[in-house]
Amino acid sequence: MSEVPRFWRESKHRYRLVGTRCENCGNLYFPPRDICPTCRRESINKMKEEELSGEGEVYSYTVVHDGLEQFKMQVPYIIAIIKTKEGPLITGQIVDCNPDDVKIGSQVKSTLRKVRTEGKSGIIQYGYKFILK
Amino acid sequence: MSSIVSYGSYVPRYRIRAEEIARVWGEDPENIKGGLMIYSKSVPGPDEDVLTISAEAGKNAIKRTDVSKKTIGAIFVGSESHPYAVKPTASILVEALGLPNDIHSADYEFACKAGTAAIQNVMGLVDSGMIENGMAIGADTSQGAPGDALEYSASAGGTAFIIGKKGIAEINKTYSFTTDTPDFWRREGEKYPSHGGRFTGEPAYFKHVLTGAKRMMEMQGTKPEDYDYAVFHQPNGKFPTRAAKMLGFKDEQVKDGLLTPYIGNTYSSSMIIGLSAILDKAEPGDRILAVAFGSGAGSDAFDITVNDSIKSYKRDRAPGVMEQINRPIWIDYANYVKYRGKIIMRGE
Ligand SMILES: [Zn+2]
Repeated sequence: MSEVPRFWRESKHRYRLVGTRCENCGNLYFPPRDICPTCRRESINKMKEEELSGEGEVYSYTVVHDGLEQFKMQVPYIIAIIKTKEGPLITGQIVDCNPDDVKIGSQVKSTLRKVRTEGKSGIIQYGYKFILK
Repeated sequence: MSSIVSYGSYVPRYRIRAEEIARVWGEDPENIKGGLMIYSKSVPGPDEDVLTISAEAGKNAIKRTDVSKKTIGAIFVGSESHPYAVKPTASILVEALGLPNDIHSADYEFACKAGTAAIQNVMGLVDSGMIENGMAIGADTSQGAPGDALEYSASAGGTAFIIGKKGIAEINKTYSFTTDTPDFWRREGEKYPSHGGRFTGEPAYFKHVLTGAKRMMEMQGTKPEDYDYAVFHQPNGKFPTRAAKMLGFKDEQVKDGLLTPYIGNTYSSSMIIGLSAILDKAEPGDRILAVAFGSGAGSDAFDITVNDSIKSYKRDRAPGVMEQINRPIWIDYANYVKYRGKIIMRGE
């Protein structure tokens, strides 16, 4: 099944790290939420889009040696949880470095990369990854 | 005339040395280093393409200026390696850069001068008053066939310009020269380009670059010594060095914009990434002659004067060209062919 419709709906947050901030309690969410889990009904129509800076630090990470067929070209690759400057934790790949270069607390910034392609003729999915600063 | 409001470049971090390519094909690396003046070239990572490179260059240009993204009324992207045959790179960039949806957009092609064709088209829209500011990008992830001389030079990189009425450098004039010259081409569906060998020199590169530069200086009443910097399309290090000498420019005028010896030929970004490196250090009053060349063939010449606004311009908000060139990750030929998709995988 093609993932085109789902991917298209999510492109704004995948391309530019657009999250949502609840104007009721001030919490920022990424990925974006339609409703604030804290304020619930009170947050209706009060969720405002906000672009994250893409800057943050490595909160935790793992090195993947046995990846999916799609990612064979990139093995070994690094999947990390990034604590963004604005607060939300984001899971993403760290690229353009060796696994040895990454440490807990390493400063990173986001970059737009190809995430996957649907075969030879399908859509190219782009999204955020991270690079060491 | 319109001016350069902001600019930014992006060079992938992966690099391969001429020696490493020569080793695989049993060639003498000194022929490449001494003859073509190419020491290394940039290689896009396995997850990089013209869209991602354009997005990084565009973001760098946006970061350096306080001009609002909302004022950008056009985006044109020049490349010969757009990710899709049908689906404009420009359309994805509108979302990736967060530009307004009320925007003129298109992808351009003209071998290595598609980026400067994009600049000229934005200039036309600005000068006519149709838009306030516009973005022009030249980016490529070009390929040379394995074992071909082009493999030493075909590289990856991108440069973005925001062009508008009030900027940091005036574009005093632009001039283009076009002929039907079959020096380099790639047919639809072919993976690697073909070229006319030695034919690419005199009737193609030199005729068009020299004509572009000479006509520009005739029209502007200028001489080589009137320029602080000159930058030409650089398919290798040798051609632009020779063109500069034939025109009467000195090494000091061309050295800052001559980057192909270190990062290879970034095609649609080739001349403009040199211009970007010059702007990284330019001062008010500096005059620049810039000539791009595209096979097929044509040249786009620009006469540019940096103004006082460059003093308050925030260049350090984004990494400069030399800063990016000086952060290489060296790879061998095996990883190079892997990253460039030259290995046939199961099911292909
Ligand atoms: Zn809330």
